[in-house]
Amino acid sequence: MVFLNYLINGISLGSIYAIIALGYTMVYGIAKMLNFAHGDVIMVGSYICFFAVSAYQLPTVVGILLAMAVCTVLGVVIEGLAYKPLRQAGSLAVLITAIGVSYFLQNAAQRLWSSNPKIFPPIVPREWSISLFDGQLSISVLTIITIAACIVIMLGLTFFTGKTKMGKAMRACSEDKAAAQLMGINVNRTISMTFAIGSALAAIAGVLLCSAYQTLVPTTGSMPGIKAFTAAVFGGIGSIPGALLGGLLLGVIEILAGGYISTQLQNAIVFAVLIVVLLVKPAGLLGKAVREKV
Amino acid sequence: MKKLRILSLALAGALCVSMLAGCGSSDQGSANTPAAGGETTPAGTETGSTATGTAFKLGGTGPLTGGAAIYGLAAQRGAQIAVEEINAEGGDIQFELRYEDDVHVAETAVNAYNTLKEWGMQISLGSVTSTPGIATSVLNFEDRIFALTPSASSPDVIEGKDNVFQMCFSDPNQGLASAQYIYEQGLGEKVFIIWKNDDVYSTGIKDQFVAEAEALGLEVVGDATFTEDTQNDFTVQVSQAQQAGADLIFLPIYYQPASLILSQAAATGYTPKFFGVDGMDGILTMDGFDPALAEGVMLLTPFNADSDDEATQNFVSKYQELYNETPNQFAADAYDCVYAYKLALETAGCTPDMSAADICDALIEVFPTITLTGLTGDGAGITWDSTGAVSKSPKGMIIENGAYVGMD
Repeated sequence: MVFLNYLINGISLGSIYAIIALGYTMVYGIAKMLNFAHGDVIMVGSYICFFAVSAYQLPTVVGILLAMAVCTVLGVVIEGLAYKPLRQAGSLAVLITAIGVSYFLQNAAQRLWSSNPKIFPPIVPREWSISLFDGQLSISVLTIITIAACIVIMLGLTFFTGKTKMGKAMRACSEDKAAAQLMGINVNRTISMTFAIGSALAAIAGVLLCSAYQTLVPTTGSMPGIKAFTAAVFGGIGSIPGALLGGLLLGVIEILAGGYISTQLQNAIVFAVLIVVLLVKPAGLLGKAVREKV
Repeated sequence: MKKLRILSLALAGALCVSMLAGCGSSDQGSANTPAAGGETTPAGTETGSTATGTAFKLGGTGPLTGGAAIYGLAAQRGAQIAVEEINAEGGDIQFELRYEDDVHVAETAVNAYNTLKEWGMQISLGSVTSTPGIATSVLNFEDRIFALTPSASSPDVIEGKDNVFQMCFSDPNQGLASAQYIYEQGLGEKVFIIWKNDDVYSTGIKDQFVAEAEALGLEVVGDATFTEDTQNDFTVQVSQAQQAGADLIFLPIYYQPASLILSQAAATGYTPKFFGVDGMDGILTMDGFDPALAEGVMLLTPFNADSDDEATQNFVSKYQELYNETPNQFAADAYDCVYAYKLALETAGCTPDMSAADICDALIEVFPTITLTGLTGDGAGITWDSTGAVSKSPKGMIIENGAYVGMD
């Protein structure tokens, strides 16, 4: 029963990683860049929702939609100002710019909203849970919502990139930007669109993250962001189902390692597993091995 | 660039002249010379209102940005309020305060310290947090600049340094006091500890707590830990405590992770007693925190913002007016530091034209002899021994209906 409890806690933590990882992997898969500022867009989304709900007394749904709208705009603006001018530059330059954007967002948030922690109003009360086996096991409603949101987003993204015209354009850009341009695809607009979707997902992730873990500070997004990036690599970066799988596994391993081995070595074990997986499958669990053109 | 340099030279020159004119004496001590150069460096942060050269230059480093900014900003603001009060009185002791950002990083703190030294810092507020505090206290010792840190509580900050003093309890003392308090009051039979293993503050308290609990015969049934990177999820730690049959969980950590532990324990329906230390202070002031979660939480803390005491009320209302927040113990400690300096400088008869080293020697003599009645500490006052450790009694508090209530 203890094991089942740990497993459920692991899935609940993992589902949060997964939902952030979806945004990471989406942007990486199409724009081929690591958007380290993703975690901080999450933080901005959470603040928007926090203020909408607690300061302006708006309903939660409106708060989430508002956060999505703001994050979408923010994502497109960041892409346009920071990444677009570097489209022809090396990937290292873009990576460093992304780290810069991440610090910028954190410090701007601190200036605007102070570093005092805020308690995020959850979308459903944290105490709501479903009891199984005479109350020996309980699953919180939030966890179920998070997992459901994860699956819906994953299916939605898979459908979007696979079937729609915009999605096809995205995949074309991801394969070969120059060729896509020759075929009449507006590469810049497609990449902006990717950022818009990724950032809107970040807002949802932020709301769910803060609903589960309540405290909101300007650095809220950074650690889950890095863990989610790890999850995305674990599952195979660029692969949408891989992000979900990677996130869930990472959460479960983290909790089980803490519960059965040692809370001191929790992270060490998580990353040791990651190293082993990458040694055996360098492209991640569900990643496609791409042969580098020489 | 060239224009700027000329401008700064002119400013420096003008300052030198004005100083010479103001003092008139031929004995221009070393304390004044760097001050002229210091004015030309770009201003780091807000400085005090007086820049007449007749005030003591008081400097400190703290995390004004980044993840630990809440502590640094609180200390800076607390000290600022005290400085403004003292300067407004217009007495002999006037201060000019300058805080530099150290982002809670030791290397940055050293740079921040050097900036302050160039500015002409005569007395220092050390660093706000322990890790940078250990680094800057070494420099304070080498440069013979006296330091009184509001909140860098690691014993390494003061160890072997005759001119570095603390306003806060040292970590081991908190562990000791907590174990004794729990044992004497019979608060718990089986104690479980959740601590943060990448933090000297938490580790220091926990080690001493375990040692003292063993000596007293207080049963510690287990402990679990977390780091900066894993402080989102405490379900494992909480269920380990539950399995160990703990009836009291000791939390030698800051209030942010503590609030999560409270909420995650409540979600599983596990209701042990919780006992915190001074880092728990601030939990009730978090925006939107449900005080019902903290009902019955006990803590030892030197400062209580809800106290009826007139000085505390005065400070709290000023702080709220200026910064729209309730001050925590860091602000109160820093406030007390400035008043402790005022008292010590008066007692020693120091004047602002003395060099940092002379002030340092005088203060080393005086500090172990003074008794300060401050915001932190009870009616018996705050005293220091010659090692730099503070002696003041912690207050046992319990949270009832969203407010601190004294336990004794």
